[in-house]
Amino acid sequence: MSALSSELDNKLVLENVQGVKQFLTFIMADEEYGVDILTVQEIRSWEDITQIPNAPDYVKGVINLRGTIVPIIDLRLRFGLASIAYNALTVVIVVKVEFAQQSKIMGMAVDAVSDVYSIMEQDAKVVPSFTESDNSEFVAGLVNVGEKMVALLDLKKAMDI
Amino acid sequence: MSIDLSQFFEVFFEESFEGLDAMEAELLNLVPGEEDSETINTIFRAAHSIKGGSGTFGFDSVAEFTHVLETLLDEVREGKRVLTTELVNLLLKSVDCLRAMLSSLQAEQTPDLSESTELKKQFEKILELDDTPSTQADPVTSSAAEVNTYQIDFKPHHHLFKTGNEPLYMISELAELGDLEIIAFHNEIPDITDISVDDCFLSWRFFLNTDKSEKAISEVFEWVEDDADITITMCGGLFSDESDDAADETAAEPAIAPAETSTVVVAEHAKSKTNAVNKTPAPAAESTSIRVGIDKVDSLINMVGELVITQAMLSQLGEQEVTEATLTSLQEGLAQLAHNTRDLQENVMRIRMLPISFVFSRFPRLVRDISQKLNKQVELKLIGEQTELDKTVMEKISDPMVHLVRNSLDHGLETVDQRIASGKDPIGTVTLNAFHQGGNIVIEIMDDGQGLNTQKIKQKAISNGLINESDELSDNEVNELIFMPGFSTADEVSDLSGRGVGMDVVRRNIQSLNGSVEVSSAPGIGSTFTIRLPLTLAILDGQLVKVAQHTYIIPLISIVESLQIDITKVSRVGKDLDVLRLRDDYIPILRLYKIFNHQNAIETLDKTLLVVVESDNQKVGLLVDDLLSQQQVVIKSLEANYQKVDGVSGATILGDGRVSLIVDISGLIKLSGLRKPGSQELIVESQASLEAS
Repeated sequence: MSALSSELDNKLVLENVQGVKQFLTFIMADEEYGVDILTVQEIRSWEDITQIPNAPDYVKGVINLRGTIVPIIDLRLRFGLASIAYNALTVVIVVKVEFAQQSKIMGMAVDAVSDVYSIMEQDAKVVPSFTESDNSEFVAGLVNVGEKMVALLDLKKAMDI
Repeated sequence: MSIDLSQFFEVFFEESFEGLDAMEAELLNLVPGEEDSETINTIFRAAHSIKGGSGTFGFDSVAEFTHVLETLLDEVREGKRVLTTELVNLLLKSVDCLRAMLSSLQAEQTPDLSESTELKKQFEKILELDDTPSTQADPVTSSAAEVNTYQIDFKPHHHLFKTGNEPLYMISELAELGDLEIIAFHNEIPDITDISVDDCFLSWRFFLNTDKSEKAISEVFEWVEDDADITITMCGGLFSDESDDAADETAAEPAIAPAETSTVVVAEHAKSKTNAVNKTPAPAAESTSIRVGIDKVDSLINMVGELVITQAMLSQLGEQEVTEATLTSLQEGLAQLAHNTRDLQENVMRIRMLPISFVFSRFPRLVRDISQKLNKQVELKLIGEQTELDKTVMEKISDPMVHLVRNSLDHGLETVDQRIASGKDPIGTVTLNAFHQGGNIVIEIMDDGQGLNTQKIKQKAISNGLINESDELSDNEVNELIFMPGFSTADEVSDLSGRGVGMDVVRRNIQSLNGSVEVSSAPGIGSTFTIRLPLTLAILDGQLVKVAQHTYIIPLISIVESLQIDITKVSRVGKDLDVLRLRDDYIPILRLYKIFNHQNAIETLDKTLLVVVESDNQKVGLLVDDLLSQQQVVIKSLEANYQKVDGVSGATILGDGRVSLIVDISGLIKLSGLRKPGSQELIVESQASLEAS
């Protein structure tokens, strides 16, 4: 009983410690990526979308989010990965991205959502960059959660279209 | 303990500007010599409230200036002084001056005082106030710049804390005024066993070295005057009477900034300079609040009430078993809901609607000033001032209108001599007329001047290379030329008009509001400019069209006609441009699916639907798969969360919840690579080749 409560205490303390953030993670091409949970507005299933003429291929179009027009980015295409057919697991994570001038509500289509982790931000390691062409520019850092590695997304860069 | 007054600044500025507008309007209505007391009272009240407000918020320069104004107006009100034309002119000038001062204060800049000082001097001369001390800086306050030492005895009553005051704040505020020495008296603190913790037993004596006035010191204690014994004494330097009550001190004259007195001398020389400077205070950010009549709000509340009732009725029906009877009442309920929603929508739109008198009201002054400058006699008639239009539209229409009115005064109306010579009334008339027509507001700017000189316009256009000498143009077509960029017929560039950057900008501004401007003119009788604008920018009448599997919306206002293509009238020009001959016109056909890069659309021309649209005087046909319904759509921004899309002006949400994009005709023409006729050869060539074939 007391062990449990102290564990709970620890967890609470941990969450209050500076630098600990919660990240929502999602799966794309078997890799796990994370975004700061505070930027996430909602998670929606894939729905019919209105195409935007002459937009880059990764901009799938716009949806009506309760009266607001929200663009949807296919993150696979944005990262230069092979696109797959949307299925029942495909979700749209709606995030609020704070750009320099304004904040925008945008959606990113990903394979599936995974989990929520508490991560010390300073544990994140710099991404080794080997080539010019890889997508390291969209990743702010890498962290290990148990056995898994999670790439933390740099939202501002990834969504700057 | 001080209240942050800045939160009320915006209200003060708004009210002051309104007051100034009222003053200006009333002043312009005045006929010197036969002013009625109500008019004077209105002017006086406006000046009075600006003075009061600016005093409260510490805008001393404004307060002082309006004080002089008020004194003068008071004399007029009491009949001691006659309002002359010069006086009215002076008063109008001071309205301008106050407006400039207030806008720089609003922009958090220090107002330029040279003009106000100059005007104040003139007023004082009129008032012969030079000897009376009330508006003069008295010697005590003007020496306030010297450093004095004050002894301040501050003995709070025991209940001070209970009134929510904290002496520490006041002490730190005092310390900001200058060097502060503090002696605390704690001899009154009772024995620890008898002490009452929420009473204040301490008292203080401060010695303050400061260049600030006594008023500034007593202000620190403003909130505790009644809850403490406060004595402020000047020691060292001048001797002054001990005053028991600090409240006396607040009656002291406000400190006058030394800078102000020094500018008096240079004001005369600097005047021309300040005129230029006066324009520089950054224009105050567009106000983001609107005043809404309580009746409008009440009717909204009523409607929301209705809506709630309908909703309750519908949800009750939803719980019942579906029978024939419930189905009928469900349909009734839905009809009711549609009705409620439409009413609500209309009324919400009305909130943003303001009478156009907000724009019209600035013209009497403008016309007065310009006609004086040009030495013309002009009467301004305003018709339909109560016509309402959207606030955003109103803000954007005001500048183009000013431009058109100036043009009418400068180019349109003749001088008095000319008018007499041509047998006209020496007083020219400019009429502003506003009225609703369909879903549009129409604003007419009419003058009874000489009309547009078509010969002169034509010559100018030829010399500018806009048209060829051989071109035969109807008068209307010639008149249209004045909207071309870089066109001006004024022989000399005056400071009013003639630079030729005007009319094309006017047209562009109006078009950016989805409106149009036309001119009609009769030589010797006058000219009329007609501006047509949608009532609101938030809603658009749209034609839904289908392109491949996508639904687009074409603004109804730009559609000329829709037709089925007769392939025998289509010719191919150049590599891939098809042109349809439609009566006298040759309409280039734009394939929407191609421009928007959509697959699986109908590509053959024969019997396919073409929507002929017009933008910037250019007609083009848009090839679409199908025409769907026409409906009003609410315009949503794509840029809010995405970015500008070429060829698309915005988005909307259709009845089924899907997003649909609104086509931007002029953007589309640009995107298609089609060049404008006249300036470019593409279309002209195509016409020639058609003729040949």
